[in-house]
Amino acid sequence: MFDALSDRLGNTFDRLRGRGALREQDVRDAMREVRIALLEADVALPVARDFIAKVTEKAVGESVLKSVTPGQQVVKIVNDELVAMLGGGANAEGGEDGHVPLTLDAKPPVVIMMVGLQGSGKTTSTAKLGKLIREKHGKKAMMASLDVNRPAAQEQLAVLGEQAQVDTLPIIEGQQPVDIARRALESAKLRNVDVVLLDTAGRLHVDEALMAEMKAVASVATPTEVLLVVDSLTGQDAVNVAQSFSDEVPLTGVILTRMDGDARGGAALSMRAVTGKPIKFAGVGEKLDALEAFHPRRVAERILGM
Amino acid sequence: VGNTRLDDATLDEIEDALIMSDLGPEAAGRVREALREQRFGAEITERQLREAVAEEIAAILRPVAKPLEVTAFPRPQVILVIGVNGSGKTTTIAKLAHLFMEDDYEVMLAAGDTFRAAAIGQLQTWADRVGVPLVRGPEGGDPASIVFDAVKRGTDEGTDALIVDTAGRLQNKRELMDELAKIRKVLGRLNPEAPHDVVLVLDATNGQNALSQIDVFQEVAGVTGLIMTKLDGTARGGILVAAAQKYGLPIHAIGVGEQLDDLRPFDPDLVARVIAGVA
Ligand SMILES: Nc1nc2c(ncn2[C@@H]2O[C@H](COP(=O)(O)OP(=O)(O)OP(=O)(O)O)[C@@H](O)[C@H]2O)c(=O)[nH]1
Ligand SMILES: Nc1nc2c(ncn2[C@@H]2O[C@H](COP(=O)(O)OP(=O)(O)OP(=O)(O)O)[C@@H](O)[C@H]2O)c(=O)[nH]1
Ligand SMILES: [K+]
Ligand SMILES: [Mg+2]
Ligand SMILES: [Mg+2]
Repeated sequence: MFDALSDRLGNTFDRLRGRGALREQDVRDAMREVRIALLEADVALPVARDFIAKVTEKAVGESVLKSVTPGQQVVKIVNDELVAMLGGGANAEGGEDGHVPLTLDAKPPVVIMMVGLQGSGKTTSTAKLGKLIREKHGKKAMMASLDVNRPAAQEQLAVLGEQAQVDTLPIIEGQQPVDIARRALESAKLRNVDVVLLDTAGRLHVDEALMAEMKAVASVATPTEVLLVVDSLTGQDAVNVAQSFSDEVPLTGVILTRMDGDARGGAALSMRAVTGKPIKFAGVGEKLDALEAFHPRRVAERILGM
Repeated sequence: VGNTRLDDATLDEIEDALIMSDLGPEAAGRVREALREQRFGAEITERQLREAVAEEIAAILRPVAKPLEVTAFPRPQVILVIGVNGSGKTTTIAKLAHLFMEDDYEVMLAAGDTFRAAAIGQLQTWADRVGVPLVRGPEGGDPASIVFDAVKRGTDEGTDALIVDTAGRLQNKRELMDELAKIRKVLGRLNPEAPHDVVLVLDATNGQNALSQIDVFQEVAGVTGLIMTKLDGTARGGILVAAAQKYGLPIHAIGVGEQLDDLRPFDPDLVARVIAGVA
């Protein structure tokens, strides 16, 4: 992940640093290279455009161009903007590395609802979180699948529940998502469950019926966390997806899956900017312990090869 | 819609629109160049401009449009379906089986994904709905031995088409890619012609990474054709343009939904119009 982007940025930066004096045109040329590198890495076009505009504005100022090490200054500006783009800026909400943890200290049962496109990794991520909540937070978790569309979706979560040693709500054939959500909450209260994870069916953001169903579930379950699960291989469509989902439900964060791939990681860079919500976790494999807390500052360092 | 002169600003806009359709900066730049060479300075309505973009793209896509046909003799035609996690392999297999059944072919499926939770159950449900037999083994079993059994049974029964499901795998996972190469090899043990088709399933919502998927899967498993899924959303599949230019692999079909009849032949003119924003 990020290697290709990192290499390309590195080359541009080396050239910038290698020159003594910098003219405005040199900065603009370098920014054109950065733009292409970002787009090849699948950073969303509006995000890339915005990024380049901000960096350019700061970098062509007198104080930078006339400084002793102008190249170094420009690189620093790019660096800071990148960190901000990932949600690790000085004013961002996270802790030391910018990581924003799950909110679990609400009145139990705390509800976590997973939403996203088909195949993005919701069910797997639900089980990973269930396991994490049991093991790391020492809380009692329960999972329920509200996916009545995909063949064997509920069975999939049940199997994963066994592997994660997290209870799953018994399957009642034919029950609809909103009713399953209600039953999950009742069962959780009866059994003193701390955290209920609701896995939902994959849906396209343009599918009105399914988007309405998701809203209905959210209004019944009043989730503390609504996590958008996004494939890190996602291309330019990331913007449409993120905007549509956040218009419909109160997103609280993002999980980026398949960060174990060799994607250029653009979705990671765009998601925060587009949703305004922190990326909380990264999925780094198919196994249930392959989930990492997302640290914006560390990721930025990796991209910039520091 | 007024007239525009095809100037640099307009070309920039077109290039950006193509990038938004996932063509990637390189392929988008090439389309831009082609337009510039032909029409720079011309008075042109926005509609005409988009049509011109669509035509450029269609010309790239037309040569690779090629349906997946059942022709193998001796039977069965073995179709291996591969791709990264969650791209839509299993659903596409169900759709293909449904399509072939409607054309009166006999179809058999093989549950080569023994790894993902309930993958076998998912394919079994589809097999039951379509009404085709499924060759399956235990969860966690060796996929190579299941696909071997499937070819044997398909050959004995003279099935027309055997479609083999595989577990999703990211192309940078060495071990999983080696496993795929092994599955491919085992398929050819009883019939050296098999697999007749190696179909790589691409997710339209994926971006430039799809090119690396094609690259590596082709090298490891000898991809013979592509199917792109999830074109029913707002992703436009512009990566197919870059793929056609770079690899020239046949594009068989597109997926436009989660149901059995949501598979469409690949229509290069239509897809080009969608990418260009005319359709
Ligand atoms: N390599 C890798 N694979 C993952 C990761 N997360 C999920 N997967 C795989 O991606 C595929 C799809 O995952 P699911 O959890 O079924 O996705 P989903 O969003 O629930 O899918 P639908 O319910 O059909 O919308 C499976 O093969 C998973 O094993 C990850 O972080 N890395
Ligand atoms: N909207 C839409 N959804 C699709 C399409 N094709 C598949 N899907 C959905 O995408 C999700 C993943 O599909 P699968 O067929 O399970 O994908 P897979 O590649 O077999 O996944 P793994 O075996 O986990 O790697 C499911 O929810 C499917 O219903 C399509 O063309 N359009
Ligand atoms: K996907
Ligand atoms: Mg699921
Ligand atoms: Mg599958």
